[in-house]
Amino acid sequence: MPSLKDIRKRIASVKNTQQITKAMKMVAAAKLRRAQETIVQARPYADKMREVINDLSARVELDRHPLLVRREVKTREILVITSDRGLCGGFNQNIIREVVHLLKNKEEGVETVQLNIIGRKGLEFFKRREYPIRKEYRNILGDIDYATATMVGKDIVAAYEAGEFDELVMVYNHFRSAISQNVVVQKLLPIEPDEMPEGGVLTDYIYEPSEKVILNQVLPKYIEVQIFRALLESIASEHGARMTAMESATNNAAEMIDRLTLAMNRARQAAITKELMEIVGGAEALK
Amino acid sequence: MADKFLLEVVTPNRLVLSEEVDEITAPGELGEFGVLAGHTPFFSTLGIGAVMYRQGNDKRYIAVSWGFAEVLDNKVTILAELAELDAEIDVDRARKRKEEAEAKLKTLSATHKDYLKEKASLDKAMNRMMVAGRRM
Repeated sequence: MPSLKDIRKRIASVKNTQQITKAMKMVAAAKLRRAQETIVQARPYADKMREVINDLSARVELDRHPLLVRREVKTREILVITSDRGLCGGFNQNIIREVVHLLKNKEEGVETVQLNIIGRKGLEFFKRREYPIRKEYRNILGDIDYATATMVGKDIVAAYEAGEFDELVMVYNHFRSAISQNVVVQKLLPIEPDEMPEGGVLTDYIYEPSEKVILNQVLPKYIEVQIFRALLESIASEHGARMTAMESATNNAAEMIDRLTLAMNRARQAAITKELMEIVGGAEALK
Repeated sequence: MADKFLLEVVTPNRLVLSEEVDEITAPGELGEFGVLAGHTPFFSTLGIGAVMYRQGNDKRYIAVSWGFAEVLDNKVTILAELAELDAEIDVDRARKRKEEAEAKLKTLSATHKDYLKEKASLDKAMNRMMVAGRRM
């Protein structure tokens, strides 16, 4: 049985940890609120973009632009969005599990699957296991703005047009609520417009300067917007996941402190009883 | 056909405006264009400039930089990289930015890699000032 002093030390240490997890939970909650606001603000643009893409692609032939053309898929790239920091429950594990599943179960005809990784946690995992990584981004998750997404988007579009891969899927955590995130696998390239309602002849647009120039601008932008949105979703999810994880860590610490306090009291009482017995025994002997 | 149509202006960071308007003019990359209700479908890239929208006799302006406009017969969607309503513009900041950019441009040769960047921020600052000057 541990001594009274040991138990006291242990309680102090658990209390310390509890304070840290509590603070982390508060920080995550504050960051989550900010991240949620950003998502809400960014949504209209992403939705409008999708509408515009649908309107546009209903009016042009799919072979008009390289980003719309469907190629035979030999090389597939997976854009993996994880976090830089840990202590956020199953956030990264869920992503990694899904990606490993995609890596192991190739569809027919697909020869290689390569990775494009955002976030240190994912990078560490896949690097250690020597999976083929085409590209990695470090230290971009701290402060996400649209320029970050532009950078990633430009690179991806350039690589796709250069034929480095024939299809791109993106795996990220979709933010449902503070306590619930789910892993989403979204196909990004080639761009696939929603099904158009049958019938109804659409009038062609007048393009200014020209159809080609417009497509060259709009389509890459669409990719950027999708990446931007996924990054924001992922960040909000990360904070949500961390908040939940830290909440339960704090609760576990409280439970542990209760148990240790009980053990400590028991030990203290035993010590007192022992002392009393000794005193009584001593007095008895003097008679 | 309705006389009014919906104008929506969005940027990656927020929804700037969504209102029924009578008329707009926008800075297309090839020159300014005007839209009334019932316009034929039209798609244009935008440069740096002012979007004017009119509701009745009330004219207002939005400073926009880059992006595109989709015009349908009852709706105009402007997807801009930057957009600011005339009332939101901080004139002092724009003026400061303009002076900075002007000073930098003097020191750079036209082939320097930052030249275009500075030129663009000069244009943006001047555009903001112009738009802000039109309010009231």
